Amino acid sequence: MPQIGDVIETIGARTRERLESAGRTGRFAADIGRALLADTATWTPLLTLQMQRLGVDSLPIGLLIAVFTGIVLALLASYSFTGAVPLYFVGTLVEKTITLELAPVLTGLALAGRVGANIAAELGTMRVTEQIDALETLGYDPVARLVVPRVLAGTLMFPIVVGLAMLVGLGAGWLASLGLLHLSSEQFLKGARLFYDVFDVRYGLVKASSFGLAVTSIGCLHGLRTRGGAEGVGRAATQAVVWSAVMILVLDAFWAMTWLQGRSG
Amino acid sequence: MIKWVDVYKSFGEKHVLRGFTLDVVEGETMVIIGFSGSGKSVAIKHVVGLLMPDRGTVFVDGKEVPTLPRRELYDLRGNIGYVFQFAALFDSLTIGENVAMGLRKQGKLTEREIEQRVEESLELVDLPNVQERFPAELSGGMRKRVGIARAVALRPKYILYDEPTTGLDPVTSAVIDQLMVRMREKLGVTSVVITHDMRSAYTVGTRIAMLYEGRVRQVGTVEEIQHTSDPVVRQFIEGRADLEPEAAVAGARAEGGGRPG
Repeated sequence: MPQIGDVIETIGARTRERLESAGRTGRFAADIGRALLADTATWTPLLTLQMQRLGVDSLPIGLLIAVFTGIVLALLASYSFTGAVPLYFVGTLVEKTITLELAPVLTGLALAGRVGANIAAELGTMRVTEQIDALETLGYDPVARLVVPRVLAGTLMFPIVVGLAMLVGLGAGWLASLGLLHLSSEQFLKGARLFYDVFDVRYGLVKASSFGLAVTSIGCLHGLRTRGGAEGVGRAATQAVVWSAVMILVLDAFWAMTWLQGRSG
Repeated sequence: MIKWVDVYKSFGEKHVLRGFTLDVVEGETMVIIGFSGSGKSVAIKHVVGLLMPDRGTVFVDGKEVPTLPRRELYDLRGNIGYVFQFAALFDSLTIGENVAMGLRKQGKLTEREIEQRVEESLELVDLPNVQERFPAELSGGMRKRVGIARAVALRPKYILYDEPTTGLDPVTSAVIDQLMVRMREKLGVTSVVITHDMRSAYTVGTRIAMLYEGRVRQVGTVEEIQHTSDPVVRQFIEGRADLEPEAAVAGARAEGGGRPG
């Protein structure tokens, strides 16, 4: 049976670990802010490359998901209405669900895997092969050179990928309605326009931007903290994906509770 | 002058440095020897502020490294070249870009002057015409030479070599030794070299210090070390497996884990 002293010691040690971890994360955030403002010459030339790698190269997976989501949504809507609701509401459901929720969240989760793991593995490998130490000895701030361009690129490019996913998802839902549900274009567009609000798009894009910030920051944080060899890199990549996915769901709930609920209330 | 003063450094339960004190005077090549895991790399990482001591301090040219503000620390690093154990070249950049990295950051030279300096630095390590190649296309020995070229491109006052001959064949090791001597003679660089390789230590060193149980066990000229009567130092430099009890325990402990050193 464990002694009371051991239990208290364990609780103390774990609390200390958590506080230290929170402190390191806070310091990391402060370092990003400082490098963003004070070391523009280092990160500016690298931004375009990262925007291409994290954003443009992610388009195929983002748009593929959007196509299938649009088709499935149209079919689900038709199945759920079962004649009780006019079929043109398929357009309403597809537009609302894609813009408010599915395009940002599904694309975000897919990019958490693609972008988050990629960043953590790349920076983790640089850490264990001493390339990050080498950067420092050559006078570079690793946060300015490695973290800021990635975080900025993610924050700017996620909404662009999601915006295109919204269009493609809506288009796929429309085509599915024409081809599989025998709706006319007029009917689908009537439904889509019925409750359309420009706020929906703005809400989805802001959410996507916050996902981009979270996924890239978490990927960088785990990459830079990598310890050990190949196993450490693998662990960093896994943790980056898991925590990015969790953070996306937390942020999704946060925006719904703060911004969305505020409007409906 | 580089000066470690009573430096203590631990990683969790592992106490790596326990009162490490050593002076490196200008113009000399100080070789630090010691068992694997004894903290040699940890000691030199304190010189460029990659690690901060738990206790004690490090001075470079009279500046106390752990207390330097960020800007001054980066300026100081411009005076210190660091050659990493496995070269630590940037995979995604060409050799020329790797060597030019520090120069571009300093922003003191024009692009034309940087190109010239890169060329000179690569010639100094006998590697002309490799600027356009990538690190993955070079052998281990060539990568280490590029690592030296990258360090000397900044024309530093000091160079820190972290196990520069580890993993190389004897001939390539001898080439690296010659390069280190050349850097001292041609550029007047003060160096700190970490190595297990006693042949290399005798070739490049003007003085040798043995790091043992977190502090300096003995420091002296090459001749003094070669003729030492200290059993731990003798056992190490002769590479004998029949360890004296004290050294056996330390060696086994050092091999047991912790950070490389």
